[in-house]
Amino acid sequence: MRIRTSAIAALTAACAVLGVGLLAGGHAQGQQPEQDLSEKEIERYRAMISDPISNPGFLNVDRGEQLWSLKRGAKNVSLETCDLGVGPGKLEGAYAKLPRYFADAGKVLDLEQRLLFCMTTLQELDTKDVIARRFSGPGRVSDMEDLVGFIANKSSGMKIEPQVSHPKEQEMLAVGEAMFYRRSAVMDFSCATCHAAEGKRIRLQGLPDFSKPGKAAQETMGSWPTYRVSQSQMRTMQHRLWDCYRQMRMPAPDYASDGLTALTVFMMKQAQGGEITVPSIKR
Amino acid sequence: MNRITTCILAASAFVFIAPALAQSPAPKVDPAVVEAFVAATWKSTTGDWRARVDQDETQKACTASNNEPTGPLFDQIRDRETAAVIFPADGKVLGDWKKGAQVAQRGTGGQFTDQANTYRGGNCYACHQMSKAEVSYGTLGPSLNGYGKLHRFDAAEARKTYAKIYNSMSVMPCSQMPRFGHSKFLSEEQIKDVVAYLYDPESPVNK
Repeated sequence: MRIRTSAIAALTAACAVLGVGLLAGGHAQGQQPEQDLSEKEIERYRAMISDPISNPGFLNVDRGEQLWSLKRGAKNVSLETCDLGVGPGKLEGAYAKLPRYFADAGKVLDLEQRLLFCMTTLQELDTKDVIARRFSGPGRVSDMEDLVGFIANKSSGMKIEPQVSHPKEQEMLAVGEAMFYRRSAVMDFSCATCHAAEGKRIRLQGLPDFSKPGKAAQETMGSWPTYRVSQSQMRTMQHRLWDCYRQMRMPAPDYASDGLTALTVFMMKQAQGGEITVPSIKR
Repeated sequence: MNRITTCILAASAFVFIAPALAQSPAPKVDPAVVEAFVAATWKSTTGDWRARVDQDETQKACTASNNEPTGPLFDQIRDRETAAVIFPADGKVLGDWKKGAQVAQRGTGGQFTDQANTYRGGNCYACHQMSKAEVSYGTLGPSLNGYGKLHRFDAAEARKTYAKIYNSMSVMPCSQMPRFGHSKFLSEEQIKDVVAYLYDPESPVNK
């Protein structure tokens, strides 16, 4: 209840702050462009909602912990022996090194693909229902968002370590980069249309530059999964990319498809060395 | 017209149509492999949506050249896109600037979560400053504040602007701006309204 109340308080405050930002922007005419003032107010709003005590994303982390040890599937076993790349059942630092190549699967997998793989092979769980609930909504919890929140949190405070030594990982990196620059659909957009220049905004929203390694990519990739205040849900990178393609007027990409993993490999490479602090909380 | 104005006009024309500054290194992977990944990523996509996944000739050329086509390729894209521009039958490119303000503001439509009849906006403010009164504007494109005034409310210039909005690549191959008319994302009437929003002396863009 306290969490709910503080979330509402944060939203109310955010509206007030944005209102002030707009007003302030309207009056700023001289040397300091209104852009700077708006940016400052948005930064203040971000700081206000970045309070771990009131971040509802930690509820997902708790649920994810229970799901990790929940026995289910035809084999009635938990996920606790699932190897996320750093050893069976080992969670610490696993997320910092994903996506990566898995010999048993014969391909590069991100965390969500790997979890589906373990559910299918270890638990012999029919993942149809899990996939149907891949994105949470009103009255619909997502096992995947909960599990990713729990597992990613075990890499909090660690640095992003992209895995790009295996030939398959190198291929994914190259494919991801190519997809990042690939223009298509009714708007002729690629990811690079919005995310390949420094300090650009769409409306008032700052756009991280993924065309080169560095701070913007590090801060972005180090803060997913995140609790999105505007959606009242925990979201993973799978959802973020789905949402990007929506805005690009592309069709919905298939959940846990290899192209999204390739893009994630490319973005993690650009974010190398960034600190992971998750789940974060965003607009 | 004094020399400074000429200079500003020339500069603004250049900025408006400047192509993306490409930073992508040379491709290290067979394009056929990339396309196989793309096909797998949109495997469930069917019907009319399928066409959005596949690239047309211009999108292919822009992707392959990192948005910096040179020599014959540059001319080839410009000529193809110029030939595809359809002007209003009566030659009138100026619509209603008040309706154009709506087209410029609204960013809905055409998304996979939208209905087929959802209003399609031009979302100009996502990337451009236009009216000084609107402070929520993006910076991916240049400011268009005072655009009509800067172009002396000239009828020939307005016609060029119609062509730019209808098909940005007819002016600058591989421009980052969508080809709003060419893709049929906006209607002829909507584009005319946006041209009026840019060119009408009463429009807040020119205040």
